[in-house]
Amino acid sequence: MSNYREIANQGLWKNNPGLVQLLGLCPLLAVTATITNALGLGIATLLVLMGSNILVSLVRDYVPKEIRIPVFVMIIAALVTCVQLLINAYAYNLYISLGIFLPLIVTNCVIIGRAEAFASRNSLAHSAFDGLMMGLGFTAVLVVLGASRELLGQGTLFDGADLLLGDWASSLTIHVWQVDTPFLLAMLPPGAFIAMGLLIALKNVIDSKIKARQPKTESVAVTRARITKVS
Amino acid sequence: MSLNDNPMIKNGLLLSLFALACTGLVALVNSMTHDTIAIQQQKQLTETLTQVIPTSLHDNALFEQCILVHSPELLGSQNALPAYLAYKNQQPVAIAIEAIAPDGYSGEIKLIIGIDNEGKVLGVRTLSHQETPGLGDKIELRKSDWVTHFSGLLFSHNADEWKVKKDGGQFDQFTGATITPRAYVNAIFKALSFVEQNRQALYQSHVKCEGNHE
Repeated sequence: MSNYREIANQGLWKNNPGLVQLLGLCPLLAVTATITNALGLGIATLLVLMGSNILVSLVRDYVPKEIRIPVFVMIIAALVTCVQLLINAYAYNLYISLGIFLPLIVTNCVIIGRAEAFASRNSLAHSAFDGLMMGLGFTAVLVVLGASRELLGQGTLFDGADLLLGDWASSLTIHVWQVDTPFLLAMLPPGAFIAMGLLIALKNVIDSKIKARQPKTESVAVTRARITKVS
Repeated sequence: MSLNDNPMIKNGLLLSLFALACTGLVALVNSMTHDTIAIQQQKQLTETLTQVIPTSLHDNALFEQCILVHSPELLGSQNALPAYLAYKNQQPVAIAIEAIAPDGYSGEIKLIIGIDNEGKVLGVRTLSHQETPGLGDKIELRKSDWVTHFSGLLFSHNADEWKVKKDGGQFDQFTGATITPRAYVNAIFKALSFVEQNRQALYQSHVKCEGNHE
């Protein structure tokens, strides 16, 4: 079972798609102006990622390696279209507010990256779990970015949560403080870049703290399945 | 040489098999969600329409009385835009017309305006825009009640009144954003003039919308 722990650790922290692999930056930066949007896109990406990992893992023995990339692309494109249709049908307002970034999940390198680097050579259960963990890792980064930008920008949290979760959720909105003129930088893409940079820096600080605390014996086993050149 | 020996043919067949399966999946989900999506769009449309033409004024389903209107000069779009007719006891009482403000701060602003037979504005709502968050986006009802100030105003041919205060008109601009409200007020004025000039023609129009319009 330590295998699953390693996969979880990779997805959520060590090889986090947002903070370490820096994949899928475009939606990451573009839609994280509020927690609601961030969470919506995160969940949609997670669904696609899990689905594509499962399907790719299922067909991995039948697909010759010459045509694996077009097959993966087809699987991913089909899944994204399905997720898009489902969100359009059952969360219409979210569909409107995510706009073009929903179909653009197709171009999110995390998905083809995991299909190629993990799902095409691992068992169904492992691949599904990897998709879940990578998706959660990505969603977590989106939500943290969304929360900080929303808080700084308009002084609220969960504004418009009812778009994602239904009418009951409109009471979730927390007005932390009142802003007369919103802090524009936080709400525009440049603010997202800066926040993202700070977040990566924070992760590195935490990593080096952990490293400094541990005795040197463990530093030999580096088992990173890190991909830097996908897409 | 059998089929299986040629990798080109084998891979080609496999690829088309996958293409078929993927298309099948999308087709399946599409047919499952098609009706729900149509209902959602209609619901959304009805919701917006009731905000620009109060339900007490009419007794027909607005989205069923949809016509297409074309006027690049006054409605701001090269394409035909939908307009919705409100009837009470078979008599036309008001029209909700979509218009585009082409000169927003960042691109087009799409809005819808409800106008009654006397040229009174019943309501104005923004349908879509890309204005700066926190500044220009006060044209959304969610962010500010600015758009509600148009309700109840009467059309007048005096274009000078339909301007933001900075230009000598009667409408507030927002702090830090003049271009957005200027474009917005201008688009409303033009749409009102259009309806004023063409009211009868609009009520008798036979150019029906086909399918759904956003």
